Amino acid sequence: MNKIYARPRSLKEVNTHYCPGCGHSTVHRLIAEVIDELGIREKVIGVAPVGCAVIAYDYWDFDCSEAAHGRALAVATAIKRVRPQNIVFTYQGDGDLAAIGTNETIHAANRGENLTVIFINNAIYGMTGGQMAPTTLLGQKSATTPSGRKAEVHGYPLKISEMLASLPAVRFVERVSLVSPAEIMKTKRAIKEAFSNQMNNIGFSLVEVLSPCPTYWGVSPKESLTWIEELLAKEFPVGRIK
Amino acid sequence: MSNKKILMTGNEAIAEGAIQAGCRFYAGYPITPQNEIPAYMSKRMPEVGGVFIQAESELGAINMVFGASAAGARAMTSSSSPGISLKQEGISYIAGAELPAVIVNIMRGGPGLGNIWPSQSDYFQATRGGGHGDYRCLVLAPFSVQEAYDFMFPAFTLADTYRIPVMILGDGIMGQMMEPLTRATGSKLQMINKPWALTGCKGRKPNIVKSFYMREGDLETANLSSQQKYRSIQKQEERYEAVGLEDAKVILVAYGTMGRICKGVVSGLRKKGKKIGLIRPITLWPFPNGVFKKLAARGRGAAFLAVEMSYGQMVEDVRLAVDGKLPVEFLGRAGGGVPTEEEIIKKLGRLK
Amino acid sequence: MAKITIDKERCKGCLLCISFCPKGLIKKSNKWNKRGSGFVEFQDNGECLACLKCALICPDCCIEVYK
Repeated sequence: MNKIYARPRSLKEVNTHYCPGCGHSTVHRLIAEVIDELGIREKVIGVAPVGCAVIAYDYWDFDCSEAAHGRALAVATAIKRVRPQNIVFTYQGDGDLAAIGTNETIHAANRGENLTVIFINNAIYGMTGGQMAPTTLLGQKSATTPSGRKAEVHGYPLKISEMLASLPAVRFVERVSLVSPAEIMKTKRAIKEAFSNQMNNIGFSLVEVLSPCPTYWGVSPKESLTWIEELLAKEFPVGRIK
Repeated sequence: MSNKKILMTGNEAIAEGAIQAGCRFYAGYPITPQNEIPAYMSKRMPEVGGVFIQAESELGAINMVFGASAAGARAMTSSSSPGISLKQEGISYIAGAELPAVIVNIMRGGPGLGNIWPSQSDYFQATRGGGHGDYRCLVLAPFSVQEAYDFMFPAFTLADTYRIPVMILGDGIMGQMMEPLTRATGSKLQMINKPWALTGCKGRKPNIVKSFYMREGDLETANLSSQQKYRSIQKQEERYEAVGLEDAKVILVAYGTMGRICKGVVSGLRKKGKKIGLIRPITLWPFPNGVFKKLAARGRGAAFLAVEMSYGQMVEDVRLAVDGKLPVEFLGRAGGGVPTEEEIIKKLGRLK
Repeated sequence: MAKITIDKERCKGCLLCISFCPKGLIKKSNKWNKRGSGFVEFQDNGECLACLKCALICPDCCIEVYK
């Protein structure tokens, strides 16, 4: 018998701290698989966020940097400008990319930096205990919206990917989800395209992944996939945006 | 580079000095009175194959410096007081991740938006941290356009050697004034190897650049290692200029533009037979404690007059160094006010 | 002829693999691993298709598939 599926080389043999059913674990693996398949492990430099994935660099087996909360795209911009021969990507959550980091995100996108951006949208702030995120849904309860998000007080869920797609220098934006093995394969394909784009000097490429947070949605891992299908993906439709 | 003299502003001298000292990444944002630095860099960086980015904000710029430095480049940013406040988080991260970087502050009047006149009101911010956590910046204070240029060489070398943020503390007068400058040849350039940099993990284990240590004890260990580094710097890198200390009854203590003005005061008064001296700190951190301690131990009854464009920041370091053994007085103006020679001489007269 | 192996020490007991196995070959164990987590076990009855659904959905890379 042949082994036809195993842990990718670029993912360390380390137990992660992520909750059971967390989307971070899955996407870390997909990124590692893509990097291995493209043969770029020795060229890649990853930039980790602040959030549950703050120690992503402990799970990947390639060069990585931290970044202050929200600033990953400024850090990555500079790394790529100084070392254009390397493949540089950021991995950011909804707070990192679309709250505190919005300015860095928009301007890196507007400058058309040749970067790959993996945006994990789980509509909540996990690490700090479940507070509202820019992408939290209307009516969704959180640690800072105990009665549920209200448009007139908290604004609407932020469609940052659609906003970025309106910038002329942004080349590729796709929204995907992790709700089934088939959708996971689509996520992997989108991530692969975002990395290939950088290798081919095509330009700013972003993949938004609708990702489960069973802990702070207050549901089981299986229910969290249904939560995405029935609620999150209705507000944030999957598909190619640009 | 020839030895002929050229006229340059302090700001441009800092930028050109950085280029000659191997800086190949600059990110900045416009703010008066340092706008000549990003403008100069926008022309000069492409000429030497470096990177210039006008960032979206001062805090974007400092985070770009973090990235460029992590990737092994000699990286610099510049700003003025309010913009330096914005950079404090980034500077703390640079210090925590043990990255080299050069940050230039051309100080202006504050607090808040203040005005665009010179000041020395960011001394505490520069030497006490400014950002969060137990860290230090090595702070250099030039007092002429020539020093503004020359100091860029040790700035980048010290930053790379110790893996520490280095701050160049100037002010609006120094940034804007024009003086003749002799540009150095490449002999002062000292490049340092960076095996820790992020260059892609070919042929080695992966590198991680971080300041985050969650396992019990790890952060304390990292901090102790940094503290050790700061102690070495304090032992080895104190720099200052001294005039007339052998017989001075009163010693002026001033840095940067105030050091320039005080040097003129000392020179003038010495011609009239007055026994006045000057200590001009060049490193503000590490503060040149050694020379003060020696004078205090001599117990010859000299007194110090600290003169600043502030309401009393550097004077605290003088008092700490002297440790109560000799009197320390202060004269200062800020909010754009500049102590004049006449005011200093008048104050000296009142001290006797 | 196909099978999977499940690393029970890595497994966090999220149970997603159980939902997606078309043959129902994965079951929750009533034991605990060294980390104090529940885990799942493969019931090898020769019907595994090596469809990869369990390995794909497993967030923690616990599953290796053999064909």
